[in-house]
Amino acid sequence: MTTAITPPNTIPTPTGRTSLLRRVIRRPLGTISLAFLLVVAVIAVIGPLIAPYDPNLASLQLVLAPPSAEHPLGADSGGRDVLSRLLAATQISIAAALVALVTALLIGVIAGLIAGYYRGWFDNVASWFTALVMALPGIVVLLAARAVVGPSVWAAMLIFGILLAPAYFRLVYAAVSAVRSELYVDAARVSGLSDLRIISRHILSVVRAPIIIQSAIVAGIAIAIQSGLEFLGLGDMSVPTWGSMLNDGFINIYKAPLLMMWPSLAIALTSIALTLLANVMRDALERTVQVRRRRRRAVATATGSIAAVTTSIGTVTGGIGIGIDAEAEPTIRHADDERAAARAGETILDVRDLRIGYGQDDGGTLEVVHGVSLDIRRGEVHGLIGESGSGKTQTAFAVLGLLPRGGRITGGSIDYEGVRLDTLGEREYTAIRGRRIGYIPQEPMSNLDPSFTIGSQLVEPLRVGLGLSKKDATEKTLALLERVGIPDPKRTFAAYPHEVSGGMAQRVLIAGAVSTDPDLIIADEPTTALDVTVQAEVLDLLRDLQAERQMALLLVTHNFGVVADLCDRVSVMQHGLIVEHGPVRAIFGRAEHPYTRSLLGAILDEGPARAPLGGAAIEKAEIQDADVAKADAVKGGAR
Amino acid sequence: MLPFVLRRLASGVVLVFVISVIAYALLYLGGGDIARRILGQNATEEVVAEKASALGLDQPLFTQYFDWLTSAFGGDLGRSWFTGQLVAVSVSSRLAVSLSLVIGATLIAAIVAVVLGVLAARRGGWIDNVVQFVSIIGFAIPGFLIALVLVLVFAINLGLFKATGYVPFASSPSGWIASVTLPIIALSLGATATVAQQVRGSVLDALSRDYVRTLRSRGLSTNRVVYKHVLRNAGGPALAVLAVQFVGLLGGAVIVEQIFALPGIGQLAVQATGAGDIPVVMGVVIATAIIVVIVNLLIDLAQAALNPKVRLS
Repeated sequence: MTTAITPPNTIPTPTGRTSLLRRVIRRPLGTISLAFLLVVAVIAVIGPLIAPYDPNLASLQLVLAPPSAEHPLGADSGGRDVLSRLLAATQISIAAALVALVTALLIGVIAGLIAGYYRGWFDNVASWFTALVMALPGIVVLLAARAVVGPSVWAAMLIFGILLAPAYFRLVYAAVSAVRSELYVDAARVSGLSDLRIISRHILSVVRAPIIIQSAIVAGIAIAIQSGLEFLGLGDMSVPTWGSMLNDGFINIYKAPLLMMWPSLAIALTSIALTLLANVMRDALERTVQVRRRRRRAVATATGSIAAVTTSIGTVTGGIGIGIDAEAEPTIRHADDERAAARAGETILDVRDLRIGYGQDDGGTLEVVHGVSLDIRRGEVHGLIGESGSGKTQTAFAVLGLLPRGGRITGGSIDYEGVRLDTLGEREYTAIRGRRIGYIPQEPMSNLDPSFTIGSQLVEPLRVGLGLSKKDATEKTLALLERVGIPDPKRTFAAYPHEVSGGMAQRVLIAGAVSTDPDLIIADEPTTALDVTVQAEVLDLLRDLQAERQMALLLVTHNFGVVADLCDRVSVMQHGLIVEHGPVRAIFGRAEHPYTRSLLGAILDEGPARAPLGGAAIEKAEIQDADVAKADAVKGGAR
Repeated sequence: MLPFVLRRLASGVVLVFVISVIAYALLYLGGGDIARRILGQNATEEVVAEKASALGLDQPLFTQYFDWLTSAFGGDLGRSWFTGQLVAVSVSSRLAVSLSLVIGATLIAAIVAVVLGVLAARRGGWIDNVVQFVSIIGFAIPGFLIALVLVLVFAINLGLFKATGYVPFASSPSGWIASVTLPIIALSLGATATVAQQVRGSVLDALSRDYVRTLRSRGLSTNRVVYKHVLRNAGGPALAVLAVQFVGLLGGAVIVEQIFALPGIGQLAVQATGAGDIPVVMGVVIATAIIVVIVNLLIDLAQAALNPKVRLS
């Protein structure tokens, strides 16, 4: 089984300029922007050479002349040829923007590298400087500078470059701080590489792509501010720039409105092209990062018996999910024993052939649950067990009608107390959630809204859903907090989530789930994220609450110890299918499916949260003996 | 809460002080022979020296700055070298114009951006694509170009608004609205685009949080969860971006005031810069820095109101 593990270093890391360029060109917007910028760049280089006239040659006869054969774009207020000026202005405007860009790049990247790599006082000085620069609008600084140094495009852009440096500084600083603590940088340092080599080899390669993207944005900003400054008439009027041409056009806006159009177009189109290019590059990079992350996750789960999951899950089907149950083996069903039969009352939740799929970018659907059938009886505890990626949590979310974005039920039905949930509208579902089905999540901290007090989050559903008054809802909440074992309910009521421990938070979430008195609670790995000692207490609490309120409990877990401890019946899930189902004793004693047996084998290493049921331990040991090889395989991977 | 406010206030005061030192040093050292510039090339040496001593320019820079600082605390920022007007008076009289533009644009940007951002994040599909594309264009095109187009279309061709000039609110509220509408629209577009992008991103982020699912599992409607819980959590990052945008809008106002001939602080800055009127430039710099510090403080307070963790740190 270990052969299925792909070592992470074989994953291609698609960074580097050539591949980024290729990916940008593949998108139409990227090609157009790049082509336009290329044209601008060429004009910037050869513009003055191909200009038909001297851009500063004034002629009284031609003042504000309309376009003609000799002067295709007409002439400006000084009688100068607009086309020639536009060509010459492109060179100066682009060069000025480059001055700002290079200044910002040099200062920002070098300062970012030093501050991020060596920290210390330089770090403090740099962040102070950033705060200083952020406190004044760039144009105000440039105006003040203009009052001192006079009208020079180049000086203004040099200063603006300094003001823009923090854009690079923060980028490089963040990247360096992150990379600096990575193990491979430590390894490089230990193996005696010089700081300079580490920086150029490991750090610059990480920030190169973001720097290119940032540069496109910075260039756009530089062009905008420079033309703005020239437009105000504060530039050197003898030098043709887009901004000074705009100024001339604006002064003559009533007499020759066309004059304003050419420099406006040049500025707007160049800025748009730069921004679009930056966006396309960012998209291209983010896509690859996502793909890489997905692959990495696949590698992380692709250990032991779980290796098969990622491949079997990947049944992408066109349009509506066409199942794979044709090849799938039927669920192994065990008959009820006395304990299960004691609860053999009415079925409240009936899931039939449930299929869940996720829409993909290419329009297809990735099916992750391939036809699950499950029934839960009133007042029973039903275990749904399987490893990560087996589809058990997806099944639970489907019952709640809370599938993540992109997910939907593609087949089968969900019946809950006589209501078809799979076709229910959002409004009707809202009425069922909470009041009739409760939910206890896995991770306590992330499931509480950090911005509201615990009390207000618990009171809100009582007031909205049950229509209780504020006073009644508060009283009920305080009583519930006390019931779930919170020592000082008043204090916890007023606390924010970050002020309580994980165990307390989980109790709060349990209180929230039962607060509206539902008939069914879906608990998704309710103890996985907790300390071992707290786990037992929380399980006790769940058991007590369940018995006290006669709720049905669907317990989603990967831990057979928890199942043994609490459940009446168990369904074992693998690869989006239920492979075995029956009373808990039957599953522990006479498991038939190899996957169930391997899971049972694994719990001996993991250790149940509490002592399992009487007979189960012995039977488990037998299975362990009989199936050592399989158990070893799971041991290697399940954690 | 109070220590938090005091600490932010103190760091703001330090920031303004540092800016004043740097600006003063650069403006007064870099200007060359200031008295000569004021009086022109034909003035005699004695007259120039007399002028310099009258302006206090013969004192060491430190003494000059100290004098400036002490009178600045009393609300006196000196006099313009050319018009002789009190700097504090001309700056504050123009501040109302600029602030009405910038605050108006900030409010509009905030409201429109929240609507667009939430819409794009929740609906997805073509609405998302349209909002994203418009945001990119709005971000890319410099504000003053938008202002020029607005002038050309609405003021000159359609004659719907006044192209230039300012009507104080006190003398005619409707006239005031007519005079600031186009400038505010021109200013707010870029900021709206940027903030909308941020709102979209942080709403998407907040929507994918576990607590959203848990709150919905308790029978709260999606709308309620979005408008109460998601927006509050997405508000922090959006406010931070809005603060940066405010500084950008102050800068944008400089150019927009020029286009619409509004007597704001930006117009004052452009005139003073062109003439080399250092005390006025200095006054504009300090006034701007103080406004930015105050706005940042307000944003910090709003952050603290939204996020309990900020309050405690």
